Amino acid sequence: MRKEGVDMRLKILNSGYRFGAKVLFAVIRAISRYPLPDAAKLVFYRPDFYGSPMKEFTHQAMRGHSAWSVGDRELMAAFVSKMNECTFCIKAHSAVAARAYQDKAKVAAVFSDLETAPIGEPLRATLRMLGKLTKDQAVDADDMGAVLAAGVSNKQIEDALAICFAFNTTNRLADAFGFAVLNTKAFEAGAKYLLSRGYH
Amino acid sequence: MKNKRNDTVDFGKLHKAIVTRILQGEGMASPSQRQAAFDNGSFDGPLRTLIDKVARCAYKVTDKDVEAVKASGVSEDQIFELIVCAAVGAATRRYDGALTILASVMNEKGGSGYAP
Repeated sequence: MRKEGVDMRLKILNSGYRFGAKVLFAVIRAISRYPLPDAAKLVFYRPDFYGSPMKEFTHQAMRGHSAWSVGDRELMAAFVSKMNECTFCIKAHSAVAARAYQDKAKVAAVFSDLETAPIGEPLRATLRMLGKLTKDQAVDADDMGAVLAAGVSNKQIEDALAICFAFNTTNRLADAFGFAVLNTKAFEAGAKYLLSRGYH
Repeated sequence: MKNKRNDTVDFGKLHKAIVTRILQGEGMASPSQRQAAFDNGSFDGPLRTLIDKVARCAYKVTDKDVEAVKASGVSEDQIFELIVCAAVGAATRRYDGALTILASVMNEKGGSGYAP
């Protein structure tokens, strides 16, 4: 785990931003009284290469039209992050899920034991499948059939798989570039922002 | 299959935009290097260690792994691109694989068997 205040592993990601982005970072820092999380900075680095197209995908997956609630989707993001052992993203997205549900205990229960957590069967079956896909790289027809049998629609599975794609990507970047893991208050501030503004 | 297409997001198109940009668009690493990172394919030396960790167990990447790649003469912008390609590639293998399985299961079920 990378401690707060420790720079990312590439200097370009710490100080290689265009003037406009640097001004924006300073303004956000002044208003929120927290430094911009590395996840938010990253998408401003050469945004045409990665940041802009990825932000669009992630925003649609997390906030676009879907039968899944925002809380459910943030929980899926946090759960995928747990499978990848990505501390930054686990903390960031369990905070958003807890805020969206207004229920910290539910999120904690999913993390301690998915099988007994107080969530509906469709969500449980979906998380199970996403967990296996993330850990084992693949799922089979039985895994997918189990999710459908739990009452999850084809479209809901597609929506969940989009979240899984976004976070399998983001988790890897967080740990490879070395996103600093912030304190709880900073993650809470970030969660409030992500809930009201989304990802674009 | 009933689907309100006007409501649905075209994730296939958005995903393709990401993959096409990082692999075929302008970059500082060569397209073949970016493709190799995406595929977790053949690299030698420090790049091999870094890219394989990003693809399989990114939480194990260390400062040393990245420093070793820099010391071997790869620029920071090239490393940035190759790490992005490795991450998107690993996520894409899961995504494409799962969508293929889902399509085949739906096909077997006649496309509407489980619709709630």
